[in-house]
Amino acid sequence: MSARNELELAGQVVELVRRLGGPAAQAEAVVTRADLALTRFANSAIHQNVAESTVGVRLRVHIDGRTAAGSGSVVTTDGLRALVERTLVAARLCPPDPGWPGLAPPTPAPAAPPVDEATAHAEPDQRADRVGAFVAAAGGLTTAGYCRTAHRSSAFVNSAGQTAYGRSAEAAMDGIARRDGADGVARRCVDRLSDLDGAELGAHAAAKAQAAADPVELPPGRYEVVFEPAAVADLLQNLSWYGFNGKRYAERQSFAEPGAAQFDRQVTLVDDPLGASGLPFDAEGTGRRALTVVEAGTTRAVAHDRRTAAEAGAESTGHAIAGGATWGPMARNLRLSPAVAGPASAVGRSTTGAAAGAVVDADTSALVADVRRGLLVTDLWYTRVLDPKSLVVTGLTRNGVWLIEDGTVVRAVRDLRFTESYPRALGPGAVLGLGSRAVRQPDRVDGAWWAAPSVRLASWHFTGGASG
Amino acid sequence: MTEFDAAAAAVQAALDAGARYADARVMHRRYESMTARNGDVEELTQDESIGLGVRALVGASWGFHAVPDLSDAAARDAGRRATRTAMASARVPGPPVDLVAVEAVTASWASGCQIDPLGVPLSDKGDLLVGATRTMAEHGADLAEGLYQIWDTAKWFVSSEGHRIDQRIRECGGGISATSIGDGETQRRSWPSYRGQYGTTGWELVESLDLAAHAAQIAEESRALLTAPQCPAGETDLILGGEQLALQIHESVGHAIELDRILGWEAAFAGTSWLDLAQLGSLRYGSELMNITIDPTIPGALGSFGFDDEGSPAVKRDAVRDGRWVGVLAGRDSAAMAGLDYGGSVRADGWARLPMVRMTNVGLEPGPHTLDEIIAATDDGVLMDLNRSWSIDDKRLNFQFGCEVGWEIKKGRRGRMLRNPTYTGIGPLFWRSMDMLSGETVPWGTPNCGKGQPGQIGHTGHPAAPARFRNVRVGVSA
Repeated sequence: MSARNELELAGQVVELVRRLGGPAAQAEAVVTRADLALTRFANSAIHQNVAESTVGVRLRVHIDGRTAAGSGSVVTTDGLRALVERTLVAARLCPPDPGWPGLAPPTPAPAAPPVDEATAHAEPDQRADRVGAFVAAAGGLTTAGYCRTAHRSSAFVNSAGQTAYGRSAEAAMDGIARRDGADGVARRCVDRLSDLDGAELGAHAAAKAQAAADPVELPPGRYEVVFEPAAVADLLQNLSWYGFNGKRYAERQSFAEPGAAQFDRQVTLVDDPLGASGLPFDAEGTGRRALTVVEAGTTRAVAHDRRTAAEAGAESTGHAIAGGATWGPMARNLRLSPAVAGPASAVGRSTTGAAAGAVVDADTSALVADVRRGLLVTDLWYTRVLDPKSLVVTGLTRNGVWLIEDGTVVRAVRDLRFTESYPRALGPGAVLGLGSRAVRQPDRVDGAWWAAPSVRLASWHFTGGASG
Repeated sequence: MTEFDAAAAAVQAALDAGARYADARVMHRRYESMTARNGDVEELTQDESIGLGVRALVGASWGFHAVPDLSDAAARDAGRRATRTAMASARVPGPPVDLVAVEAVTASWASGCQIDPLGVPLSDKGDLLVGATRTMAEHGADLAEGLYQIWDTAKWFVSSEGHRIDQRIRECGGGISATSIGDGETQRRSWPSYRGQYGTTGWELVESLDLAAHAAQIAEESRALLTAPQCPAGETDLILGGEQLALQIHESVGHAIELDRILGWEAAFAGTSWLDLAQLGSLRYGSELMNITIDPTIPGALGSFGFDDEGSPAVKRDAVRDGRWVGVLAGRDSAAMAGLDYGGSVRADGWARLPMVRMTNVGLEPGPHTLDEIIAATDDGVLMDLNRSWSIDDKRLNFQFGCEVGWEIKKGRRGRMLRNPTYTGIGPLFWRSMDMLSGETVPWGTPNCGKGQPGQIGHTGHPAAPARFRNVRVGVSA
């Protein structure tokens, strides 16, 4: 696997478009080789263990005012020619594309963080060993989860002369420990597999599971909450997909109003694709860079690709994705900035005997200490948007909820359903505290991640208990 | 080197490296989709992908490896790597693995198709979406969207037990949606559903949807919804349209009866199930009107096939009979672990993914009523139609659904249109409250069922018809 291979293939595709489509044809090609592996465990044993080595070619052409995209996995000479031919045919048969924004001009891609070769070429034994450590550290509780590694090598070439190449590597672990139907979770995303400590994560998950036993049912209503990073990650993902998305913004389907103080002053959101290992260019060859979407509570920007930027009279922010004409440009590496000076660390853990282990870090402990009555929420699950413009979302808590009284976690609570507007919950005056350390959470696909500290919110609308 | 040769080479290499069982699938898939917005084509995508995935069982441990190369060397390397991965799995071993018996057959199967969807000129398909979205925009929609998708998949399956099966499955479908944007909220109406209707069929399915004929009406309804009264909050009788009931089946029955979930294999991600195998055959799942089948043999339904992805033939089975839970969706290994004698519901969404337990066509058998009869028999209630949002807990018990549109039902008549209708409940309590069921069954197709790690997107079918449920909580809002 090498930069030359991918760049050569992408260049061949663009040259084929020129030969078969004529000099006026505009083309961009991306060739990506990927080695993805995931070791999955359940009932404290590895039950699914997969690896794939794939290659993908994506081509977009614009010819005679019409646009089409094609992709494929066949990188032989014949395969590339077939891809080009069918994409050109498709473009000629398409209706005109008046919104075509043109190709990315030649611009050097920014430098990306170095790739950890040990992670890029990790073996199944290394993942299995981390799983084994997680299982062993859970102290006999039933465990489940995964350890995954991913490596991508990607090249971009377009007919306007832009070329770019990059690599990324990532490792992630996500696991639960279970006790009598109560689960505790630990989740981490890193650049180096060696930074994943299965034993630490397993112990963390087990402590939460032990503390989650014998939950009581609470009535629905509005509660003050402390969200741990796993739960905050869901907020970031939905804010990104539905709010800071240039296409949805142009369609007036987003809550975002650049220049308006829509969030609490403690909220600063930065999409930082090169803040960790990542490809230095987007699907259109535009360099990726940090983008501040919210600064001290004021919405500053939405993510753009070339098409939405042209519509808005703006510049692409480097957020084009494959399929972006339909889904829109998306920030996929969003970080909620932690408190500059975190809350004073509480001494010890704010828990009583029954719930000992519910709080596993000083940040969360300090936030809990200031709550008179509220809930500590570990994770959110199956969140779906009821209305995209107000970003009203329903979903459930998962992997541990506890009642807080007078700054102390007093007991486990059964899962609750919520229905809440995410921007409103983070709105002016609604954020009562932030932790001092952002923890990177993996997404379901490599290359995307969400980083956040624990957060204390004034109100969260729980609309139903586990019993209905 | 044929596809069968590549699969056979991978299987043999896995055996030679120490596997006690191995199977391999070659898949060649062509995909095409087009989206249109406000009278213009928004995106046309075509994809062609071919590759091989091989599964190896060593002792009690599985391994899987996939490559995009069908050469003999690459296939053999994939087989060896799958076995090596299985050996790594043994570092954290589980219980013994058995496979329920399946006859090793040599067979071919193809789904029905009158009009090859990839053979229909792109210009015709584009005109259909452009025309429908233009009409919606002209009738008041702020955002008029249209979509079609086509999958044409050929598979070749070989196992170390002697299977040699090839299949060709063509799937397609489409739909249109009109969104109107008001002050702080949006309202949407779709036809025939938000992502459309899909099946294992040719372009004739899309033609039968007559998208253009419904464009004006749904655009006008989306605008009317902006000023419609909010769905009131409270407990009432709920009538669900067939499309929404299909998703209700999918979420609160289909996933709950997946044996891998019941066994805990999905505990960390998709979740488990409230069902306990000790209650199989005795648990009261719903009312006596509730008869749910697992049936991959329904011609044209989206979850249909000839054989699943471990060589088990398509067989119709009961999941719920007269309200009682009697069957599960299973694979060969999960079935053996549970002491059952059937699999038949294992599929992968591509050559690079591990086959796993998946819904086929999980649907309700028809009831004795019509929608009109159900409405006429309802004194006070709400009719909700077309899914807008869906959420359910990790045990598949506590759900909340939002629909695109509601109508007040008063004294047996359909009254005012209601906006933002939602309903919530607990699966078995909800199903036990079903007291009227229509016979107007449609095999709805769901082309976006997410499950597994790495993630896979499944295509499932859900025959469903309108039904009534008593005393359901509706009108939940933020």
